[in-house]
Amino acid sequence: MAWVNAIIQGVLTGGLYALFACGLSLMFGVMKVVNLAHGDLAVVAGYIAVGVIAVTHIPVLWSFVIVVPIMAAAGYVLQRTLIQGALDRSVLTTLMVTFGLSVVIENALLQFYTANSRGLGTGNAFITSSFSLGSQIQIAYLLVLIFAVAVVVLLGLQYFLSRSRYGRLIRAVADDKEAAQLAGVDYRHVFGVAAAIAFGTVALGGIAYGMYSQLAPTTGTDTILLFAFAAVVIGGLGSLWGTLLGGVVLGVAQQIGAQINISDETLAGFIVFLAVLVIRPQGLTGRRAQS
Amino acid sequence: MSEPKGRPAKGDGQVGGAPEGSGTALLEVRGLTVHHGQLRALDHVSLRVLPGEVYAIIGANGAGKSTLLRTIAGLHKPTEGSILLDGQDVTGVRPERRATRGIAMVPEGRRLFESLTVEENLQVGSTYARKGPWTIERVYELFGWMAERRTQRTAQLSGGEQQSVAIGRALVANPRVLLLDELSLGLAPVVVRRIYGMLPQILATGLTVLLVEQDVSQALRVASHLQCLLEGHTTLEGRPSDVTPEQVEAAYFGLSGLAPRDEPAGAAESPQPAPDGSDA
Repeated sequence: MAWVNAIIQGVLTGGLYALFACGLSLMFGVMKVVNLAHGDLAVVAGYIAVGVIAVTHIPVLWSFVIVVPIMAAAGYVLQRTLIQGALDRSVLTTLMVTFGLSVVIENALLQFYTANSRGLGTGNAFITSSFSLGSQIQIAYLLVLIFAVAVVVLLGLQYFLSRSRYGRLIRAVADDKEAAQLAGVDYRHVFGVAAAIAFGTVALGGIAYGMYSQLAPTTGTDTILLFAFAAVVIGGLGSLWGTLLGGVVLGVAQQIGAQINISDETLAGFIVFLAVLVIRPQGLTGRRAQS
Repeated sequence: MSEPKGRPAKGDGQVGGAPEGSGTALLEVRGLTVHHGQLRALDHVSLRVLPGEVYAIIGANGAGKSTLLRTIAGLHKPTEGSILLDGQDVTGVRPERRATRGIAMVPEGRRLFESLTVEENLQVGSTYARKGPWTIERVYELFGWMAERRTQRTAQLSGGEQQSVAIGRALVANPRVLLLDELSLGLAPVVVRRIYGMLPQILATGLTVLLVEQDVSQALRVASHLQCLLEGHTTLEGRPSDVTPEQVEAAYFGLSGLAPRDEPAGAAESPQPAPDGSDA
């Protein structure tokens, strides 16, 4: 029964990891940018939520209504300025720039909020409550909600990318931005929109993590970014469903590891991550095997 | 500064072709110089494309033909010179804005959106289209096979079919000038002829075509005006009917004595006083 519990908890946590990962995957897929500040942005979103709740007294579960648009706008602006500037030099420059951004964000958070960790909505009845399956399995409502949000976000993104006019432009620019320019498409704007979507999704991830656990200025790089990377690599780049699958596999591996020995939780996740890199480098759903 | 050096030569050259100065050029390039790093890919190249023309640029590999088209489309920044569309300077305009102003290009190597279907490729082409006769439906009429394969990924198409989709993608933008970069590249001669066979139907809708072609005989067959580049310089210019195969050969390979470069480009065309531009 304990194993069943571990798997259920792992699957549900996978939804959270998928929320972290899908923005990372989108930015890499569209503009070939590996955003090393991705995790820190999730933390920033969580801290913004803390501030927004303090000022407006909006219920914690609804804080995303304000935080996501703020982060999306920040994503567009950052992409059009800092990241585009780096891209114009070379793709490698974007690694340096986003790494620098990560350092700046972390230190700014330390400066203004200290190193103390904080949670979102601590004491909120919904966040702390759970229901029982059988006698030994306790499932937090919050985790179910986060998983559902992840599925809805991925479904929505999938639909947007494959069906909408703008989604089509994003895919075209990802394929060949020069050919897109020749068709009258301003790829820099399309990049900005893609970054806005990526920042919006990671904002959801940051808020979710703040409710699920605790946020500290360093959470972004030591937890969120690493898990997001692992989920993307396990699932396979460029596939949104692969991202969910990757998150779920990572979550289940961690929970099973914790079941064996509580200190092996993180280790187990990364062993699976390395195993996938060795055995199936294109990821579980990856199709591109060329080159 | 050095512009006057390039231009007078061009003025002379124009005599051979279209009636000089008559009517405004739809597309005009003045003294264009483009560098790829240290390499000077184009050296004071000028041209005037009149409405309704099929203007062909020929030349060997590395002559600067593709650089010329890509610079006109806005993908390279010239170090000198200017590009005018219908009299308006577009030299500093970004490529996507040039596209919406009416310069469309079918790039070398087709450059289709590989993960998109045939129809989606055309839809992207028509997203920011100008008003005009070309629609996706019309492209399907032009290329009979295309409609029933609209849901296929373009990677599944043959080279000739991909080239047709690339042309369709440019057409649905309803350009004023269509730039065709090496349509024949990597295609069987039969396929090349079939694709060039579509040109009259395309021209009938009022388009003007500027094309780059390595296959000289193909270019001569369709062009109303010809310009030969060699190592970034214009070596010959005129109507196909006014130039002899020997002149073309000399200009193409840079054989000394027959067609020296630069200002003698006009001189190379001087044996043209015969049938003064009545037939094309």
